[in-house]
Amino acid sequence: MDLKTIIPRTEIWLKRAGRVNRNTRRLWRRLALFLAVVGPGFITSNVDNDAGGISTYSVVGAKYGYALLWSLIPMTIALYVTEEMCARLGVVTGKGLSDLIREEFGFRPTFFVMVTGFLVDLGNVVAEFVGVAAAMEIFHVNKLIAVPIAAIAVWILVLRGTYRQVEKIFLVACLFYVAYIVSAVLARPDWLLAAKSVVVPHMQFNAPYLLMLTALVGTTIAPWQFFYLQAGFVEKRVGPRQYPQARADVLVGSVSCMIIVFFIIVCTAATLYISGHRNIADAKDAALALVPLAGRWAGLLFAFGLLNASLFAASILPLSTAHVICEGLGFEGGVDYKFREAPIFYWLYTILIAVGAGVVLIPGESYIKILVFSQVANGIWLPIVLIFIVLLANRRDLMGEYANTKSFSAIAWATSVAMIVLTIVLVVAALFPSKFGGVPGL
Amino acid sequence: MLHATEMLGASAYDVQGNFVGRVRELFIEPAEQASRVARYLLGRGKFQPLVAKYDQVASVAPGTMRLNVSEKALEEYHSNEAWLAVQKDLLDQQIIDTEGRKVVRVNDLDLTEHRVNGSVELRVSLADVGLTGAVGRLLQGVAPPSLIRRIQEKLPTHMIRWEFVNLIEPDPLRRIKLRVSHQKLAHLHPADLADILEALSSEERQSIIDSLDEESAAETLAELDVRLRRQIVEKLDPEKAADIIEEMQPDQAADLLATLPADTSKEVLAEMPQHEASDVRKLMKFDENTAGGMMNTQFVLVGEAATREEVIEWIRHIEHDPEQLDAVFLNDTDAKFAGVVPMGRLLLASAGETMASIRSEPVLSLPPDASEKDVFELFDKYNLRVLAVIDENGSIIGTITVDDVVTRLAAKV
Repeated sequence: MDLKTIIPRTEIWLKRAGRVNRNTRRLWRRLALFLAVVGPGFITSNVDNDAGGISTYSVVGAKYGYALLWSLIPMTIALYVTEEMCARLGVVTGKGLSDLIREEFGFRPTFFVMVTGFLVDLGNVVAEFVGVAAAMEIFHVNKLIAVPIAAIAVWILVLRGTYRQVEKIFLVACLFYVAYIVSAVLARPDWLLAAKSVVVPHMQFNAPYLLMLTALVGTTIAPWQFFYLQAGFVEKRVGPRQYPQARADVLVGSVSCMIIVFFIIVCTAATLYISGHRNIADAKDAALALVPLAGRWAGLLFAFGLLNASLFAASILPLSTAHVICEGLGFEGGVDYKFREAPIFYWLYTILIAVGAGVVLIPGESYIKILVFSQVANGIWLPIVLIFIVLLANRRDLMGEYANTKSFSAIAWATSVAMIVLTIVLVVAALFPSKFGGVPGL
Repeated sequence: MLHATEMLGASAYDVQGNFVGRVRELFIEPAEQASRVARYLLGRGKFQPLVAKYDQVASVAPGTMRLNVSEKALEEYHSNEAWLAVQKDLLDQQIIDTEGRKVVRVNDLDLTEHRVNGSVELRVSLADVGLTGAVGRLLQGVAPPSLIRRIQEKLPTHMIRWEFVNLIEPDPLRRIKLRVSHQKLAHLHPADLADILEALSSEERQSIIDSLDEESAAETLAELDVRLRRQIVEKLDPEKAADIIEEMQPDQAADLLATLPADTSKEVLAEMPQHEASDVRKLMKFDENTAGGMMNTQFVLVGEAATREEVIEWIRHIEHDPEQLDAVFLNDTDAKFAGVVPMGRLLLASAGETMASIRSEPVLSLPPDASEKDVFELFDKYNLRVLAVIDENGSIIGTITVDDVVTRLAAKV
């Protein structure tokens, strides 16, 4: 007698046992959980200070010195107001943002959000690999070597790495953001002036200044971080009772994000701005220019910070994007599925990394076009996602006593409208660079 | 066969061929018939919407519906909690596929036509959770239905038969009205059910645990991760929690109660029967990372002089969980631990052989304060399935089985 007759459907059980193995939990879930342990708010903000962000902050410091530092406080508030709503949605409903959009607004809006989101994130991934290329060039490694190695490393880390390894690497990556604080200290800034600039608003009414301000806000608030943040709270199984802690975490995250921004701006302001190197294009220029001004270590640390941030975001972004899309549209997704079982998930993931890294390798500066395109897609995406978030958080039938109060709703709408206007300005500037002198940091 | 999305938005005409309105919603009345579309909501712009009953429909086709009565015969619409709304309650919502054992999201429903006494009934046959439904939803109203169908034919399908669909309805009153039972879920393996629960929101999880019988609930809870387990038990009322925890192995119960806030676990213990509660209390005293914290207090204990026949007879008559019966433990005449007889040896021994003659050598045991690491090493070195934990007098107080070891090790991987 063979096994099959003794235990009917043995082979089915065996086959399924492989997938349902509860100890090899989905990497994404565990990652989200890890973010949860450290604090989803904290990590999300760290990921948010990615290559694109760092470039913009360096340019801001080099071009205007401390003059734009005052915008950090309103930005922290905007970041907090919007992220807090996501945290609340996640905590109260126990569902991810894409799930909620799907259930409350239907298939087509979800599809639209997911497709545009994919394009935006693709642009972001390109920016991360541009960051990798730039940072490695400072260490005298050609991008033709650095970028493919980085792409493969990210690929292997996520698809083949065990959760423990990934966790350790990410934790270390988080710590490396300290590099910017050290660089800033090495740059010997005028701390008193910097502190004063944070609290005293300084407004100039000319186009380049306003555009710079817009770019600063635009790069700090990225829609995908909302999906990410909410997933973190959902996976952490934070219930309404722990909502105060969740809110505190979001606050810490928003503030710590701005602290890093502060140090980057201060670093380039104290060196490049003061010495007159005011027209740098990106973070790489900043790092190179730092060497003669603040010493070799400041420059190398700056470049290292850029590399770290780029790799960190490049590891998380494609994975989370593929997951959010699959979840929202109801496809199988996760690294513990075989390719055959979750083809859409793997294709999305592959395209994001392969195209993201591939574009950077094309000779010339064709990736700039992709970045512009991504900025435009972001300009369409952010308003929609923000409106969905506010609408969801306003709903009493969904949120009960945790729904937005009238006054909070007003603040949320005001913040969202302000961010939407700024983003649209950026889109216009990105589309017509000749008229507006292009988008700083792009 | 029709898709639900082809019916939603369809134009409805009465028996004279006059336009009545557009189909805005399909209602199923599960209390009467589980799969039949019982009512069609016809929206008429600014006029009061009407409702067509299943026996008032003469024919249906993608985008159109003809009634066999005139407009006057239709009733006015009043919402009803006992009606399951296809658009609102099903499309885009999560359901449990009880056969595939996972949580999926509905993209579309397939409806089949049944002719009954000159009218056409639509019955839900399949839930479309794959690419076909997604494409249909996307192109609905943008491309003509025939084109959508042609595209769908080329795509791989992922359908769930309606009988295997288990709805998730957190509101208990509505659940009764809709006749949503979780009977099918109780038949799933607890580990599968635990996976399903992990994919749901906390409210939905709670509703499923609430509706399971205590035994299934206990088995499922044991499979969930600690954080979820705690969250669920905290939200249950203490009486129900006690009923569920009673069904668990004492070691699992102790682990679970140890993770709860002190007040809650006290409340739960107070609701449990004296005997079980004292077992659990004893176990809770041990440090989680020691042999005492890993052990279970339910085991089969026999005298070493007993014969195979006597032992088997004894096992048949005592209350125990046959799934967990890996070995019998031996006492000598001084009530001190005297060894282990694995089930395999017992099975193959002849009727008259005594337990002392077939016990495993060497006779191993650990004190309750031995570290977790000692336990692992002993299991590894001697390839153990079970291990006895003895007190300072040499009496057995509990046993550790290999599944306890695997659980601890898996948590470290």
